[in-house]
Amino acid sequence: MSDLIKKDASELAGLVASGEVSAVEVAQAHLDRIAAVDRAVHAFLHVDTKGALASAAAVDAKVKAGEKLSVLAGVPLGLKDILATNGLPTTCGSKVLDGWIPPYDATVVTKLREAGIVILGKTNMDEFAMGSSTEHSAFGPTHNPWDLERIPGGSGGGSSACVSSFEAPLAIGTDTGGSIRQPAAVTGSVGVKPTYGGVSRYGIVALASSLDQAGPCARNVLDTAMLHSVIAGHDPMDSTSINSPVPDVIAAAKRADIKGMKVGIVKELGGEGYQAGVRTRFEESVALIESLGAEVVEVSCPSFPAALAAYYLILPSEASSNLAKFDGIRFGNRVGDDGTKSVEQVMSETRAAGFGPEVTRRIILGTYALSAGYYDAYYGQAQKVRTLIKQDFDAAFAKVDVLISPTAPTTAFKIGEKLDDPLAMYLNDVATIPVNMAGLPGMSLPIGLAPEDNLPVGLQIIAPAMADDRLYNVGAAIERELLAKWGGPILGLAPELAGA
Amino acid sequence: MSGISQEDVAHLANLARISIPVDELGHYAKQLDAILNAVAEVSSLDTENVAAMSHPVPMTNVFREDIPGVSLTAEQALSGAPAVEDDKFRVPRILDEE
Repeated sequence: MSDLIKKDASELAGLVASGEVSAVEVAQAHLDRIAAVDRAVHAFLHVDTKGALASAAAVDAKVKAGEKLSVLAGVPLGLKDILATNGLPTTCGSKVLDGWIPPYDATVVTKLREAGIVILGKTNMDEFAMGSSTEHSAFGPTHNPWDLERIPGGSGGGSSACVSSFEAPLAIGTDTGGSIRQPAAVTGSVGVKPTYGGVSRYGIVALASSLDQAGPCARNVLDTAMLHSVIAGHDPMDSTSINSPVPDVIAAAKRADIKGMKVGIVKELGGEGYQAGVRTRFEESVALIESLGAEVVEVSCPSFPAALAAYYLILPSEASSNLAKFDGIRFGNRVGDDGTKSVEQVMSETRAAGFGPEVTRRIILGTYALSAGYYDAYYGQAQKVRTLIKQDFDAAFAKVDVLISPTAPTTAFKIGEKLDDPLAMYLNDVATIPVNMAGLPGMSLPIGLAPEDNLPVGLQIIAPAMADDRLYNVGAAIERELLAKWGGPILGLAPELAGA
Repeated sequence: MSGISQEDVAHLANLARISIPVDELGHYAKQLDAILNAVAEVSSLDTENVAAMSHPVPMTNVFREDIPGVSLTAEQALSGAPAVEDDKFRVPRILDEE
């Protein structure tokens, strides 16, 4: 096993820029790692060996020519299979798009390519990002490197698993209700959902357009900040993209000073329903934050207990509309077109064959919630609850600089445990959902292992809109103390994977 | 306000253009009923004078300059289509015979 795969993204970028190591060597080391362990982990749906080595060679040519490189040039990355990639398969974890090759790049992908970041391949996910375990992928589940019998979180379980199994130092995820943060929490990695509108959604297959946001995944706070800075910024191709300067997240990650800050514990996101070891590590983090000179207070957000219910009306409603385009007419697979059937029959057969049970459930739920006679009671009411959630956040941020909670109520559960119990599955996102509802930025940071099962626990940090830099400042301050306490990164404690 | 029958599921599936096998309707109905009971919690809050929020970033009428840009060629746009004829998407019949 090459030493290169254990290095941080920032360190790899430095080695490549100085010419000490070539980007091709770095890419090859990670491709070798994928070849060795991905049979067990299954983080990738598609590995682009040729493309990765070609873009690495292009970076090396720039180094030789003495050209200026961007901060992460030559660093490999896993890309969630929901971002459109010109010439590379994009399935969204669904059979309905199996074999589809987009004719264009998502804006995030364009930015990655321009920055010289080496895309290793496309990572596994719950079908159309619906799920919290990656078990709803049509191509089989991803396994958590901490325990291969457990889930890596979801929907972005491929992205979290590729980072935590040292297949890639960086990954891109998308987060509609927690799909970056919850996978980060259960795999001992870092993940950030930026402010809604902070990163372009152009070319990202939409789940719920008012909630979706792409963001960075990595093994430490600084690497996450560097990737954030590469992908963020206004994009005329996305009308919901915010046209204002990107907060200086890299400077914030280097500052790591929370003396005098006010930190709020969200009363409603913790306590009952949260695993004992999750609570233990969370309470230790609170003490740590206080020891760094920040003031910690409890704040109440009384409408949060209804957030999960509102989310599971708003998301299916938007999804049922967004997924109408997968009908086997313009792209993807078509089923049953034998020349005798009507277009409606062909669409119905295509969608039945193409969608898994969770996608079907949510489309039907959304169709119901938007039906005449039910609209006001369900979708309309959920939108009003959304306003109350935002008002709770506004009131909280009038008192404190950032909010904290556990990222997920439990550590990684066993594959299969909740697969046929949608309501139990939905509870995984109980602490992350309110953040999407209000469009705020949130981070999950590893804060230790739960004593009862030795599995990673995540701390969620939440900041006001367009104050993403605060996440990195707070996260880096806590991370520095924990690294000193642990004597190194938490992923050093994960078991070695067979084949490595 | 909840309570969803197999017939409801069949009707909604038809509206959503997903042909669910008859023997699976009961299972979906049971799960959807449980979910609807849970999401009915949205009615637990007093929202008498609360405005609905559809989006986290309040914006309207985002325009760009009306300048033609580069777009996909017909060949690119059709590259992922399941059936193509004469540079167009070929679709199953859209009208009943007669």
